[in-house]
Amino acid sequence: MWYWLHRFSSPAYFYRFAGKAIPWLAAITGLLLLAGLYGGLVLAPADYQQGDSYRIIFIHVPSAWMSLFIYMVMATAGGIGLIWHIKLAEVIAASSAPIGASFTFIALATGSLWGKPMWGTWWVWDARLTSELILLFLYFGVIALQSAGEDKRTASRASAILALVGVINIPIIHFSVEWWNTLHQGATVSKMDAPSIHTSMLVPLLIMAVACKFYYATSLLMRARAELLDREHNSHWIRDALKNHE
Amino acid sequence: MKPRRQRMIFVAVMLLGVALAGVLVLQAIGENMLYFYSPTQIKSGEAPTNHTVRVGGLVVEGSIRRETQGVTVHFELTDTAERITIAYTGILPDLFREGQGIVARGRIGEDGVFMAEEVLAKHDENYMPPDVAEALETARSGGKVKAAP
Amino acid sequence: MNNLAEFFHMGGYALYVWSAYGLATVVLGYNILAPLWRLRGLQRRLALRHAKNNGATP
Repeated sequence: MWYWLHRFSSPAYFYRFAGKAIPWLAAITGLLLLAGLYGGLVLAPADYQQGDSYRIIFIHVPSAWMSLFIYMVMATAGGIGLIWHIKLAEVIAASSAPIGASFTFIALATGSLWGKPMWGTWWVWDARLTSELILLFLYFGVIALQSAGEDKRTASRASAILALVGVINIPIIHFSVEWWNTLHQGATVSKMDAPSIHTSMLVPLLIMAVACKFYYATSLLMRARAELLDREHNSHWIRDALKNHE
Repeated sequence: MKPRRQRMIFVAVMLLGVALAGVLVLQAIGENMLYFYSPTQIKSGEAPTNHTVRVGGLVVEGSIRRETQGVTVHFELTDTAERITIAYTGILPDLFREGQGIVARGRIGEDGVFMAEEVLAKHDENYMPPDVAEALETARSGGKVKAAP
Repeated sequence: MNNLAEFFHMGGYALYVWSAYGLATVVLGYNILAPLWRLRGLQRRLALRHAKNNGATP
């Protein structure tokens, strides 16, 4: 297993492997998105209270989940890069940040578009919304540190430290709806007992969540390939890869 | 081998420090993060009366009264223990209805009526088709038309 | 046809629902296109540079 891990974390191998995997991941993402959207927008019935406006859930909730998931991946990769100085881990962390920021932005914006008709406001400063906004700023901080300074490796280390410090925000976001009175409602799916959402709505929601995971994998590998090419442009394996049009 | 161990300890100590700081901050914030007060807290005088506060609860069934002229609406809000009366002039959110959870922002008047400047609906975490909701309601009220509030 | 119109109407919430999905499409689409463009640009630039280096020292 160590042999395999070591081989995989070599930039040359990763670059080639990612190039082969991307089309497959993209195809799976596309199929899942189609299925999830069809199930969510066409097949699922309207909600008993919110009518059709609740259909924003199929993009809002998966995006919010991804914003937390990608942050944990980014912080973990950053930590691995910090301790073991593994180049690929730094690249994964750097490539995850913009994708995570995008999902956070989508979660906030679609939540706003949902909040206006249902709650009666675009935005409130309750614990859930505020902590999610802080998450967006953490992503911005990581991205800014990544692009600051000439040395990419120093930049990676600085942003890894910020990402690790920001991990404290993750449980706060998750539990904010339980710890405080918030306008945002409690968890629907990740409760200990049965999810309080009807199966006809839960299935497309979960399909969309898996689709978002595959989308992340696709986008991450694409970004990581470009980042590797940029960081390693003088190495031999790049020359070979370019010669073979990989 | 040695510097890697040092870095590992550095990361571990940093994470511990951050976690500790987070817990302390959360302890300090505590109740101040409350987005709204309950009617019971308002009645017992826990909420400040001299500036704007928020109150959250359920709209009491059958308590919504609209003034014949103008758009001012009066209704009662409950947390199942206490009730307060709320007066509001303006557009109500789509979800505003009897039995619905809402959060109102405003001031407590001298007559005890809460003068709201803004009313937001708070929906629950349940999602289901209308027929399922109806079936559930019938089952809960034991086949009766509607349970008494 | 009526069904289709009803679908796009979204029970009166068309503006909110479709803006949410439109916005998500734009942001997620950008996250696929941006790395694609960056990779293409880098590949072209590096290939050019390598070709030049090889030409200088045959």
